[in-house]
Amino acid sequence: MKVGVVVFPGSNCDRDMYHVLSDVFNLNAQYYWHEKSLPKNIDAIILPGGFSYGDRLRAGIIAAHSPIIKDVQKMAEKGIPILGVCNGFQILVESGLLPGVLLKNESLNFMCEWTNLIVENNKTPFTNQFKLHARIPIPIANGEGRYYVDDDILKQLKKKNQIVFRYSQVVNGSSNRIAGVCNEDGNVVGMMPHPERAVESEINPIDHKPSSLIFESLLVKMGVKN
Amino acid sequence: MTTFTVNVTIENKPGISDPEGDTILNDLVLKGTHKTVSNIKTAKMLKFTIKEKDKKTAQSKVQEICDELRIYNPMVSKVTIDIFDA
Repeated sequence: MKVGVVVFPGSNCDRDMYHVLSDVFNLNAQYYWHEKSLPKNIDAIILPGGFSYGDRLRAGIIAAHSPIIKDVQKMAEKGIPILGVCNGFQILVESGLLPGVLLKNESLNFMCEWTNLIVENNKTPFTNQFKLHARIPIPIANGEGRYYVDDDILKQLKKKNQIVFRYSQVVNGSSNRIAGVCNEDGNVVGMMPHPERAVESEINPIDHKPSSLIFESLLVKMGVKN
Repeated sequence: MTTFTVNVTIENKPGISDPEGDTILNDLVLKGTHKTVSNIKTAKMLKFTIKEKDKKTAQSKVQEICDELRIYNPMVSKVTIDIFDA
């Protein structure tokens, strides 16, 4: 099973993601530079965290115009699982693949801390191994992580079950404490916290198993694991 | 063709919080003696230099660029476009 890790100028979690995919979950991970195209036989795509283009203009907007995004959009339409983490989430939002927008944190601080997520949708390719409302201890590291949607779109997200993760308590002022959402079909998921920093016991002081389920869900979805 | 300077001001729409503006107001300006100030909003400004046949064309071209490339996010921001002779 081939998983693409898209690399933009300024990505800095691409290697962490690659390591987790290949060394922890034994997947065939491949890097794809943002100016290249994606092969047709790819099984899943991950947009990693970082600071593409130094967050210039606003986080994710310049990378959203990268040539590879057209391929990501085509793959999204085909139903291929796509995960955007942190800056990857910002890029998915700015490219129109996910609803909403990510604003500067209410505190205006870069926030680097452990949070608790609550799984609100366990039907996506990245959450199918969770019990509904399961908790995930997981770190965030962002300056522009405050998810915002207006009340009308928030109602739509709830109705269509597009809220995937919520923080267990107020973290950064996000609408409805949202930490991650999906598209209407559920195959494109974006989240601000960093699962690739939480799936190994050596670097997770709380519990690495819940975050591991994000990747194990993908394995189950792809039929690699039952 | 004439060269124009076009200032694009990107600011939050009404109702979208602006914590930086609030901090400048409450923790700097109002802590001094400037009690007549009631509101401060931060914004980002881009200054374009553009060659077009007239002001109207330059303005509509910059508006088109802003919309097409999502220079501002219409969900939370609005733009004001001001044009000057360069």
